[in-house]
Amino acid sequence: MNIVVCIKQVPDSADVRINPETGTLIREGVPSIVNPYDMHAVEAGLWIREKAAKEFAETAKVIALTMGPPQAEAALREVISMGVDEAVLLSDKAFAGSDTWATSYALSRAIRKLQADIIICGKQAIDGDTAQVGPEVAELLNIPHVAYVKKIDDIGSNSIRVERLMEDGYDIVESSLPVLLTVVRELNEPRLPSLKGKMAAKKAVIKKWGHVDIAADEHKLGLKGSPTQVKKIFAPEAKKDRTMLSGSAEAQVDALIVELRRLKCL
Amino acid sequence: MPIVIDRDKCTGCENCLSVCPYESIVMKEGKAFITEYCQMCMNCLSACAEGAIREIKEEGTEPLAGGQKAEGYSGVWVFAESREGKAAGVSCELLGAGRKLAGELGVELSAVLFGAPREEAQELIRWGADKVYHSDDPVFRSFNDEPFSQLLAALINEHKPEIVLAGATPIGRSFIPRVAARLGTGLTADCTALEIDKETGNLIQVRPAFGGNIMAAILCPRKRPQIATVRPRVMKRGPYDEGKEGIIIDVKADNLSSNTRVIDTVKEASGAVNLQEADVVVAGGRGLGGEKGFEMLYELSVLLGGTVGGSRAAVDEGWVPYSRQVGQTGKTVCPKIYIACGISGAVQHLVGMQSSDIIVAINKNPEAPIFNMATYGIVGDVFEVVPLLIRKLKEMKRA
Repeated sequence: MNIVVCIKQVPDSADVRINPETGTLIREGVPSIVNPYDMHAVEAGLWIREKAAKEFAETAKVIALTMGPPQAEAALREVISMGVDEAVLLSDKAFAGSDTWATSYALSRAIRKLQADIIICGKQAIDGDTAQVGPEVAELLNIPHVAYVKKIDDIGSNSIRVERLMEDGYDIVESSLPVLLTVVRELNEPRLPSLKGKMAAKKAVIKKWGHVDIAADEHKLGLKGSPTQVKKIFAPEAKKDRTMLSGSAEAQVDALIVELRRLKCL
Repeated sequence: MPIVIDRDKCTGCENCLSVCPYESIVMKEGKAFITEYCQMCMNCLSACAEGAIREIKEEGTEPLAGGQKAEGYSGVWVFAESREGKAAGVSCELLGAGRKLAGELGVELSAVLFGAPREEAQELIRWGADKVYHSDDPVFRSFNDEPFSQLLAALINEHKPEIVLAGATPIGRSFIPRVAARLGTGLTADCTALEIDKETGNLIQVRPAFGGNIMAAILCPRKRPQIATVRPRVMKRGPYDEGKEGIIIDVKADNLSSNTRVIDTVKEASGAVNLQEADVVVAGGRGLGGEKGFEMLYELSVLLGGTVGGSRAAVDEGWVPYSRQVGQTGKTVCPKIYIACGISGAVQHLVGMQSSDIIVAINKNPEAPIFNMATYGIVGDVFEVVPLLIRKLKEMKRA
């Protein structure tokens, strides 16, 4: 059984700001991290591998896959230290500028080559927050997916039963394999790297694939293959009509109550 | 490479290096050089005072000329999500937004409704739809991604709308990407504003990125339809017209297949449902120090007839459940009064509550960004201010 976990290296987005004067991003000193949701995907992959070995003597392999610039290799080494067996880095000029569709296309080509039975992604990446790539990859592979998985109830050699988070509760969903899952934080607690894992991460040979290796059509990649384009970026607007209350805590509370009564909110 | 630096114009000021989110610009022999890591975010273009950085149009990436791209594609569609046979609130909001877009383009507004009775289709017409594509086939009683995406994509292929809007709910965010992938077109998630570009007729889709720290305007200039999702409570409902007439078209749900099956649906009574419906939300953040700090917020919310929300920091600490999280990765709320207690106001939180009618911020740090959003700002200790507010409200009630 092959379990492919898709991960993304992202800037720790809490620290990204826009310079209000120039309208450009300030990203100095912002560290790169593995997208936090993807850590839960990695844990889920390792958990399934262990369960498969114990319960139906199936040898499963967990393969981490990422697409990004060469430095994204660091993200792969990080998850190898948690226990991932193999890692593949999709890196190629042809991929640059890919939107979610083109990214999904490239990932789906790589996953096809890896012959995955289960594909696990974090529910979304914290830099874009689109939550689109997982379901789009599933569609391009013509396989089912279940999004927002918060619990894996059972797994067999041909099917899986999971709990899917919905707006007002959850659904218990059964799917045939192969399947793609996108997972939320509630699913598990990602393990810490082991000493053995850290050694493995240092030594691991990471496969590097370009568009030729995955037999991808160059016209469906990068800027050319992306239906959407970023027209411009800008800082969010501040609110008008602001009143800072002043005085002692009691005076401010009194003033607030007067205002709320004036607006007929109390 | 579509982004290039004119080496003659480059002064080596390194301004572009610091603004590149992908660290893709390096210095070579005193001049800036763009490496293969470039993601074409265009951020460096405005950072260069010399105008040395330019975008080179690659063949096949330029927008098609007006008319050509939209050939055969016309009309605005709203996928109207339903729950237990009732159209969801977000569907009415999207019809409000869709009406404006359709008006500007001078085209029809249609809704697509699966898994709800005909009466609900009539209801969508009263909320603004001219036409409703409707199926109440049993296959849509529970939510499975494949049949939903197969039928919606088939209808789009047949009728060719130029714009499709859907709710950014767990359902919409799960199956709409499949529709976009199937059609080979663009999708923009969680839009906070939608408008028509007067010149080209393209849909300008504004959405937060980088955890809401920046906003991005996205176009889908070469493919149709242009698909966007919008979170609940972001758009305002249009007018409800009791007497409005429209056409309901029954569509057949043939040849749909699903590899997933919903075995059971479990409803959980949680704060999440009324969080988005509540008129008053009292929210707490890191400044509350712990679960115990939230107790006074629950008391205050009861006095005001509202409910309690939390920032991502408070949820991550485990002080309040995720179902109460307000912000980019939680819920968007739009109450009459939002009271932010001990929340500094990371942009990722602000995007989830900024359209509230009145925002009250209580924070001991006068520099906290939450005050930029606040209708009323109180600088003070939440543990002093909130109990005072509770006491005064109780006194008012007694009087």
